Amino acid sequence: MDDLIIAGEKFSSRLIMGTGGAPSLEVLDQALAASGTELTTVAMRRLDPAARGSVLDVLRRRDIKVLPNTAGCFTAGEAVLTARLAREALGTDWVKLEVIADERTLLPDPIETFDAAERLVADGFVVLPYIGDDPALARRLEQAGCAAVMPLGAPIGSGLGIRNPHNIELIVEAASVPVILDAGIGTASDAALAMELGCDAVLLATAVTRAQRPDLMAAAMKEAVRAGRLARQAGRIPRRRYAEASSPMTP
Amino acid sequence: MIVTINGSAHEVADGITVAQAVRTLTPATTGVAVAVNDEVVTRGAWETTALRDRDRVEVLTAVQGG
Repeated sequence: MDDLIIAGEKFSSRLIMGTGGAPSLEVLDQALAASGTELTTVAMRRLDPAARGSVLDVLRRRDIKVLPNTAGCFTAGEAVLTARLAREALGTDWVKLEVIADERTLLPDPIETFDAAERLVADGFVVLPYIGDDPALARRLEQAGCAAVMPLGAPIGSGLGIRNPHNIELIVEAASVPVILDAGIGTASDAALAMELGCDAVLLATAVTRAQRPDLMAAAMKEAVRAGRLARQAGRIPRRRYAEASSPMTP
Repeated sequence: MIVTINGSAHEVADGITVAQAVRTLTPATTGVAVAVNDEVVTRGAWETTALRDRDRVEVLTAVQGG
């Protein structure tokens, strides 16, 4: 089978979901089911005694592996502490490392991300860093021992798709760990393109959770990721400047 | 003495443990993690770790995100 393998663990789905932005846990639950995902991110926040229901219960019922992130961290120190708290709370040493530079763009800070990645790898974590579409940084993070690299297509929640497909291809060409396109996906064709470019998986949340019909968009993303993967494996035809007849031209 | 739990100041008895501080927020002991002054206190140490005046306690859990 064509499994996705991260740090030795197999996943038959190449669609990784986030849980942010869903209007309710019920809507989220239906979307996760429709997506077929087997790996899904959660954030770590102060416990709210008034909160009812837990995203963890939803994931447990669906037998989906939890991937805690360090969303909201601005420094390596904050991210390392958040990862350690997530390991303690959730019993997993996997972490989506996310260190943002500012709240307006939510773009990842490469310096803090690299610093945190080195510290977390040394502490035994399976580190999946969220980064810009920077081939040099992706290579450095792989050399530092990260289990995957997760370049963005466009800023978080923007739905702008993949702004620099060429850089994503360069990252894919050089990587020997999985490349997961993370952030910027707006609709199904964006997810298919990520896979056609050679990404090993796609991580998305907003495109599904804030769609008018989250369950339907989740199903669309599932199909798009599969279609894009198949197209990549099939090998697309070269682009040509002029027509090439597919039928014989002589009668 | 005064300790800060998730950003709010609380007047508490001297020698209150991390476990007791957590129970002011939730009866849960799974899916929850605690840091005191930015250092993780593992669950096995909650009952035996006493807080001190001015300690900052953070009690975190997983929420929707990412």
